[in-house]
Amino acid sequence: MNILWEIFFSFLKIGAFSFGGGYAVISMIQKDIILDKGWINAEEFIDIVAIAEMTPGPIAVNSSTYLGYKMTGILGSLLGTIGVLLVPTLLALIVSIYFNKFKHLDWVKWVLKGIRPAVLGIIAAACFTIGKVSFVDIKSVIIGALIFIGVYKLKISPILAIVISGGLGLILYGMPV
Amino acid sequence: MVPVIQREVVENKKWISQDEFLDAIALTNSLPGPLATNTATYVGYRMAGIPGAVTGVLATALPSFLIILAIAVFFTTIKDSAAVQNIFKGIRPAVVSLITFAVIKLAKSIGLKSKNLLISLGTLLGMVFLNIHPIAAVIVSGILGFFFFREEAAK
Repeated sequence: MNILWEIFFSFLKIGAFSFGGGYAVISMIQKDIILDKGWINAEEFIDIVAIAEMTPGPIAVNSSTYLGYKMTGILGSLLGTIGVLLVPTLLALIVSIYFNKFKHLDWVKWVLKGIRPAVLGIIAAACFTIGKVSFVDIKSVIIGALIFIGVYKLKISPILAIVISGGLGLILYGMPV
Repeated sequence: MVPVIQREVVENKKWISQDEFLDAIALTNSLPGPLATNTATYVGYRMAGIPGAVTGVLATALPSFLIILAIAVFFTTIKDSAAVQNIFKGIRPAVVSLITFAVIKLAKSIGLKSKNLLISLGTLLGMVFLNIHPIAAVIVSGILGFFFFREEAAK
């Protein structure tokens, strides 16, 4: 299959099931793009997630744009981004058109209520897979612990957390000359 | 992103009311896809039909698309330098902490009792130990949700 179509369909599939926003997408990309296709390695993908945290815009859009570009340039980034947004937009449009009917559909509510805790599990699983490649030594564990205290106890923003951790990385792993 | 949309759409432009906005958020939030583009689809449709929805989505995605494109062009040329590698060695564990924090917040908002705990834990263990695909987890939990919560509603 042409690589452009492959990018499009991969992100179409990811977009169609991207319940629960950004972080749930991580697990899908991990499975389809990193493990099955091998288009990108896990470390580089986490770097994209970090960049996505610091820039406005959804993780799904950011990673499809980045990956599409990396694979085939601008055309790939365009197809990846359209792919990831197509199904959600169509669904949102259908819901908008039949808004008053959807508000009262019980079975939709039940199904969605079941999916919510699954999204929690999917995001927690992303922690494990990302943790495996991120915690490589004692220094990285220290950085992770410090940042966790920062966001959990001191309520620092994600952007600040990433800036601080980047600085810590430079200090602990050395400033190459 | 939602507060920004809310200020623009409800307060500045007065396109839809606060109540309608909250209803729309609640509904579009439970769909797949980014909340920002889903909300733009709803508001765009309400204002100008299908062309409005398409315009809303494209306009919402465009800034992120351009910013990431610029970063992608730049980052792919510098990412192999030793300094950038060391910076990202520090950032990667921070990303894990940010996601862990998000998991805790989400767990609190969903409430991890009985059926919710069962689905969450089942998904987590299934994915980590049995290599279950996240899409399979979404489908199975949707079916479980249908039966679990229908039964609950019938009581």
